[in-house]
Amino acid sequence: MMLEANQILLLVTLVAPTVGAIAAATLPAEGDRAARILATVAAGVAFVASVLLLLSRSTQALVDPVPSYPYGIVVSPWVELDLPWVPGLDLRFHIGVDGISYPLVVLTTLLTLLCALYTCWRVPDSGGGPVRGRHLAALLLVIELGIVGVFLALDLVLFFVFFEVVLLPMYAVIAIWGGERRRHAARKFVLYTLLGSLLLLVGVFTVVASAGTADLVALSTAAGPAMPYGVQLAAFILLALAFAVKSPLWPLHTWLPDAHTEAPTVGSVILAGVLLKMGTYGLLRVAVGVAPAGAEAVAPVLGVLAVMAILVGGLVCLAQTDLKRLIAYSSVGHMGFVLLGIATLTSVGFQAALIGNIAHGIITGLLFFLAGAIKDRAHTGALGELGGLRETAPGLSGLLGYAAIASLGLPGLAGFWGEAFAVVAAFSRGGPFWIVLGVLAAVGAALAAAYFMRMLRQVTHGPPSPAVSSLTPARLAGAEVWSWAPLVVLALVLGLVPALVTELSAVPVEALIGVVGSP
Amino acid sequence: MIDHTALLPAYCAGGTALLAFLSDLVAPGRRALVLSVTLLGGLVTGVACWWGSRGGSRATFCLEPPDIPGVTIASERVCSFQWDGTATLVGILFATATVVVLGLSVSALRTGEVPAGEYCFLLACSMTGGVVLGASGDLITLIIAMETLTLPLYVLVGLRRRSVASAEAAVTFFVVSVVSTSVTLLGAALLYGATGTVHIRLLAGALESRAELRSVPLVSAAVVLVLVGLAFKVAAVPFHAWAPSTYDGAPLPIAAYLSTASKVGGVIALLIVAVGALEPWLDVAGPALAALAVLTMTVGNLAALRQRRMVRLLAWSSVAQAGYILAPLGAFALSSGRSLSATPVIVTAVLAYTVFYVVLELGAFGAVVALRGSADGGTLDDYRGAARRRPWVAGAFVLAMAGLAGLPPGLAGLFAKVTIVRALLDGGAGWLAVVVALNAVVGLAYYVRAAASLFGSPDPSSAARAVWPRVPVAASVVLAAVTIAALVIGLAPQLVLNAVTL
Repeated sequence: MMLEANQILLLVTLVAPTVGAIAAATLPAEGDRAARILATVAAGVAFVASVLLLLSRSTQALVDPVPSYPYGIVVSPWVELDLPWVPGLDLRFHIGVDGISYPLVVLTTLLTLLCALYTCWRVPDSGGGPVRGRHLAALLLVIELGIVGVFLALDLVLFFVFFEVVLLPMYAVIAIWGGERRRHAARKFVLYTLLGSLLLLVGVFTVVASAGTADLVALSTAAGPAMPYGVQLAAFILLALAFAVKSPLWPLHTWLPDAHTEAPTVGSVILAGVLLKMGTYGLLRVAVGVAPAGAEAVAPVLGVLAVMAILVGGLVCLAQTDLKRLIAYSSVGHMGFVLLGIATLTSVGFQAALIGNIAHGIITGLLFFLAGAIKDRAHTGALGELGGLRETAPGLSGLLGYAAIASLGLPGLAGFWGEAFAVVAAFSRGGPFWIVLGVLAAVGAALAAAYFMRMLRQVTHGPPSPAVSSLTPARLAGAEVWSWAPLVVLALVLGLVPALVTELSAVPVEALIGVVGSP
Repeated sequence: MIDHTALLPAYCAGGTALLAFLSDLVAPGRRALVLSVTLLGGLVTGVACWWGSRGGSRATFCLEPPDIPGVTIASERVCSFQWDGTATLVGILFATATVVVLGLSVSALRTGEVPAGEYCFLLACSMTGGVVLGASGDLITLIIAMETLTLPLYVLVGLRRRSVASAEAAVTFFVVSVVSTSVTLLGAALLYGATGTVHIRLLAGALESRAELRSVPLVSAAVVLVLVGLAFKVAAVPFHAWAPSTYDGAPLPIAAYLSTASKVGGVIALLIVAVGALEPWLDVAGPALAALAVLTMTVGNLAALRQRRMVRLLAWSSVAQAGYILAPLGAFALSSGRSLSATPVIVTAVLAYTVFYVVLELGAFGAVVALRGSADGGTLDDYRGAARRRPWVAGAFVLAMAGLAGLPPGLAGLFAKVTIVRALLDGGAGWLAVVVALNAVVGLAYYVRAAASLFGSPDPSSAARAVWPRVPVAASVVLAAVTIAALVIGLAPQLVLNAVTL
């Protein structure tokens, strides 16, 4: 069988991390640094491959400038690869990329590359165990394999398999390189999210048993609406629960603050940056796409929970005393906006959710890098013990201010679009119910401004605290600058040109709306 | 006419036992000789099993269908020994498990802790029972095969010299097992009394066509008794209490054999009886099987959470795994699970899960033997520092634990879970699938703990574990082979699914 160049690129995004992980993990201890560099190279190859995938879209666009989707075809990938794997379990190795998944794929490969780069420079303390930096780099690559696989999968069972790949490596990253309470946090993370993914398994086979196929392209078209209403409802509830644990949606979020706080810097970046997106992406692509009738029935509940997440996240953040924990809880709020966007079942809402996903990945990734850098230097993450950062480390403090402002949704930076349009979408749904939800979400956005301002006041302003005045080194290392710069630039670029994402996803979102039904 | 070709695998297995016995007799004390003779015999048996399946199924010890009033039998002859797809699969599984266990036994035999001649002879006897079991076509053959499989194990469990735990384990196992056999026999006798036959197919025919049996309470009792007796053998809750102490007292390789081959025997016997003989009565047997499965996995998982000793943890985990194996049979409780389309899917899922499980469990025990040598399983704390000193063995152990938990990188275990859930949902038993899912979450908690114990720093106060025994060549070869097998069936699970589709 001959593969086209595009299909090879698609495979490279999965093969490069796999090969890199195996190579890095099996190199002897003397080559620890070389192994980490090797892992970075593998992550780089995956990143380049994922960027080049965009070319395949433009060549398709030349042939067919306005891709016209026949009614009902929802998932129409630019590139796809469909190989048989396990016919006995309805499992095909069917992967592909379209406008909804592409930005997330690039975000994943980018963040992994940056984290691998950061790992070359600095490896968190693992307590003197037998595992070293090269193992951390290898685990990051395995996590990348799982996440990219989830975004690429066009087969439900394959989607589930990749969903599971992430669990144990992430557990190991938290449990080995994490903070003081790492064991507890790691176990909570792995048990909670395993519960989610097993519900996904049951949901997937509820769909497969009823529809007779696991192919997402086929399921999102004819077979989806053809499933009986009861099955759709059951499938949607199972799938939504599964993705709600991962996203996480209030009140299933309690694993997140512990995991994010205890994880090492690179672990937090990957967790917040892309791992949570598996949940929101899954909700949009799998749950809504496969069981639209179920989605319509459950959407109001989802909306209420999303708004609760926004408000609870905001209020908890106002009372937080730890920098990493504050950022972690802010993720609950931000993902609430994303879920609200999806719950409206409107094209504006879906678009808001997709760009909100990307923006949150970039900005929160940056925030966790910064929080890690501050914690490593000042040896504390307690807000009360920090203060006056701008006096001793103006560069770090300035970046923190930038990231915080981006995160609270200042127009012109990436965070704005997702949150503003999630609220707009709620209003456009009309009716008192959705308008109340929109108003409450807007209040939540104001809360975000309040807690980020409070955090900035405590951390950057005022006289330097003892911890901050003895902080070393004050300057940023080269590796830090290189691994943060892309995120800083992207937060601005995406804020100014949101069309980078929305233009890609416009057509597939319209197609999805065509099935879901709400105008 | 007796078809000796059909019996060839059984001859090979029995011959192996005889050769092991004779070689110990003519050359006493030559451990290597006995061991290699038995290993070779096990391999030959495996090949014979595979060879016997070529050219369709064969049967022997047949009788013309008797003329039982009111019973119509579709087929022409009923046979007590049928070498078909199931028999091939079971035979190969038993031969493989025996060979693997022998490989793991090298260090125990070398120290002279267990007498080599008796050990090999008894293990080969047990294998013979397993090979015949898969081919049995009537309840008598089934029960005798089951006993041939179990009887040598009473002795094997107690074979560790100077070990009180070992002797205790043997007595517990013996008593429980004998009771369970009598229960099964009682059930079989009652069934014979009610229907006048012990042949699986005749039983199915009689139970189907004679509606008046429904109103006889004794028949329901018989159905339940047969199932309960067999549930003892798979260590299903509430008949599981023997397993943890027996596993912990037995020599490590025998614990591995108990939790794999012996359990497979029980599962196959249950399948033959439940799906073969009792098929018309699955509405009675189904709910019992569902309850058995739910109880077994839940109790096994919850108890495993509290274990501090490695072998006890693995024992409780294998109780839980028996629950997953039985879970698809629980779908028979619903009429949708008893439909013509769902039944083969369910049987396939049970067999596939069994194969995945056996490979992973052998991997786990292989790693434990490689780390502990001829010592007993020890506590979880005894394994601290293993990852630093024996990274490859630790890797194999982590893979096996991940697989038993059903997570990548143990893809074999992941697909095993997928197979189960798929079969349950095909059978319309979504609730049971959710129970399996919840149980898998509980299971992960202790599998992670067991795997993480290898990565802890050794306790400085206990200097006893500062040295790790040298990994015997045989054990490392066996462990490598089992681990590679786990990886291969993880990447290509279709191989297993094809093998079990009968």
